[in-house]
Amino acid sequence: MSNTVLEKPQVTDPPPSSPALARRRLPRWSPIAVALVSAGLGIGIGNAAGWQSRIQWGLIGALLFVAITYGVTALVEDRRQARDKVATSVIWVCFAVAVVPLVSLAWTTISRGAKLLDGYFLSHSMGGMTNLEEGGGVYHALLGTLEQVGIATLIAAPVGLLTAVYLVEYGRGRLARAVTFFVDVMTGIPSIVAGLFVLAFWNLGLGFGPSGFAGAMALAILMMPVVVRSTEEMLKLVPNELREASLALGVPKWLTILKVVIPTSIGGITTGVMLAVARITGETAPVMLLVFGNTLINPNPFSGAQESLPLYVWNQYKLGNAASIDRAWAGALTLIAFVMLLNLLARGIARWKAPKAGGR
Amino acid sequence: MDTTSTSEKAPPPTGPPADGSGAGAGGPAPAPIKGNAVRPGDRIFRGLSRGSGITLLVIMAAIAGFLAYRASIAVSQNSVNFLTAFEWNPQGDPPAFGIGILAFGTVVSSVIAMVIAVPVAVGIALFISHYAPRKIASPLGYVIDLLAAVPSIIYGLWGALFLVPYLDGLTRWLDQFFGWTTVFEMSNPGSPARSIFTVGILLAIMILPIITNVSREVFLQAPKMYEEAALALGATRWETIRTSVLPFGRSGIISASMLGLGRALGETMAVATVLSPGFLFTWHILDPGSGTFAQNIAAKFNEADDFGRDALIASGLVLFVITLLVNGAARWIIARRKEYSGANA
Repeated sequence: MSNTVLEKPQVTDPPPSSPALARRRLPRWSPIAVALVSAGLGIGIGNAAGWQSRIQWGLIGALLFVAITYGVTALVEDRRQARDKVATSVIWVCFAVAVVPLVSLAWTTISRGAKLLDGYFLSHSMGGMTNLEEGGGVYHALLGTLEQVGIATLIAAPVGLLTAVYLVEYGRGRLARAVTFFVDVMTGIPSIVAGLFVLAFWNLGLGFGPSGFAGAMALAILMMPVVVRSTEEMLKLVPNELREASLALGVPKWLTILKVVIPTSIGGITTGVMLAVARITGETAPVMLLVFGNTLINPNPFSGAQESLPLYVWNQYKLGNAASIDRAWAGALTLIAFVMLLNLLARGIARWKAPKAGGR
Repeated sequence: MDTTSTSEKAPPPTGPPADGSGAGAGGPAPAPIKGNAVRPGDRIFRGLSRGSGITLLVIMAAIAGFLAYRASIAVSQNSVNFLTAFEWNPQGDPPAFGIGILAFGTVVSSVIAMVIAVPVAVGIALFISHYAPRKIASPLGYVIDLLAAVPSIIYGLWGALFLVPYLDGLTRWLDQFFGWTTVFEMSNPGSPARSIFTVGILLAIMILPIITNVSREVFLQAPKMYEEAALALGATRWETIRTSVLPFGRSGIISASMLGLGRALGETMAVATVLSPGFLFTWHILDPGSGTFAQNIAAKFNEADDFGRDALIASGLVLFVITLLVNGAARWIIARRKEYSGANA
């Protein structure tokens, strides 16, 4: 497909068929050849200079690739084509440069986490374990995360949903503008600030101790604006004809919203809420301030310190011995699997419900 | 296409249902119908949704209020200038704590992150929207979406255990050839790269997916007609992008970068895992030391008493204000240019 786009200008060339218009072009295999040459040179120079870091080899190879491409194209074709080729190769290099760390991140987490991640790990807590001991599990953290995220969703989803309904269906004037603006601002609140707020208000102000519920409140604050934004977008996609038809039949506005507007966009709304849940599941900072961490199973989110998955990873990392680092990776893999599962599920729902939710 | 149609659609709903929402402006004319339309259900539902909106405003006000209150308790007993001091000792007698080093570290790491991430992210976004074969492009966008959802603690873990050892060679090389700039000088070559520079690189990797996502959305919205016109005039692909796609996407890129900047400024766990903090000021960004607002809160929280927590809250308030300003600026830039709805944020 992209090849056809690439060739479009040239496809239009032949009809005039005057020799002046037919430019000299590089053969199609030239980028691959240049890439191979520059990769070879990069490795050669890196070896010759005795640099340890493969990153440097890669960078030199990338620079050479861009330079050689420009030189060769400028010689064979012309300056403009050369600049175009350089832009193309810079963009490919950008992509390659970005893919390397991201792939490495995924690979490291999976390969190192898979060592320990099994049924035992998921079903046992860290109760009665010394720091250096191998084994142990993540059950208490998983339970804590599920409860905290669940409570946060129960708080944030209705408020977020209703706010979005207000903005789309009712909101006019100054209040609506203020809400829109502050929802935007709220999206950018750093998670640790949300944690500090609940700390100042709930723990220092009202004198409660750390608990899963305190963490859930901070998570809810982080979740609300995300739910509002995504729900708002979805409600705006509902065609006005549906609303008008319902109102014309004499259905009151609130029933129109509940029975026509929301069901039409329920797929998109669910997706948005699930993505928001996935986002707050990985939040560590507020949980660290408010939930505090616990090696034992504490099923009650309303009293006493709990554990949560991201906090578990952080605590095990901080212990810093081989066994705990292994646990940290396994915890990280559990967390990432959970978040990705939510994401995939959410997108699955979006696709499944797409024809209804689309409305375009 | 989407944005225009929705903005055209937005006004009508006020018209037909002459209920509460129209009460202020167009009251008199549809008076008889109005009597029918306002039902208890309507009033309750409208009140609920309006109340939710107000709840959000109240939460925002409460955040600012509570943070400012606790911060004022701490700052009033501070013996040094809170904004400029380079130490953190709220337990001392008299307590002395300041955010000088934190502000420095936060700004430097975010600047490094932005310098690396923005061009690369724009490149990837262009790659996905204009260069990659269609078959690869949409799965790629999908994967980038997923990457934006990777929790920051995992970036931190990966950064500390994988990236730091790998950056040793690079930092030594920078020290060797660019050490004369002072900035890249290492006072202790060979020490692990747990520096503000490494933090900057890790933050760049973290915010890459977000900036890429938003920019890609904007590039995809660029009017096809301009591109086709440019191609028809014989422009190369790069000239097409430079003349028709990038000018259209400029405000989108800026707001995407601002969103990324907001993330970088407030990032806690990734910084806390990678950095080995210190309160001595130095221009050598490759040396371990320095710190950021969020990292300092995470690192100092467990050992802090109530007053120490108030001091940390004070530094959190500064971070809050900074991110508010950055996000406000981003929104302002978006609002100046209405064609781009900013809905993707």
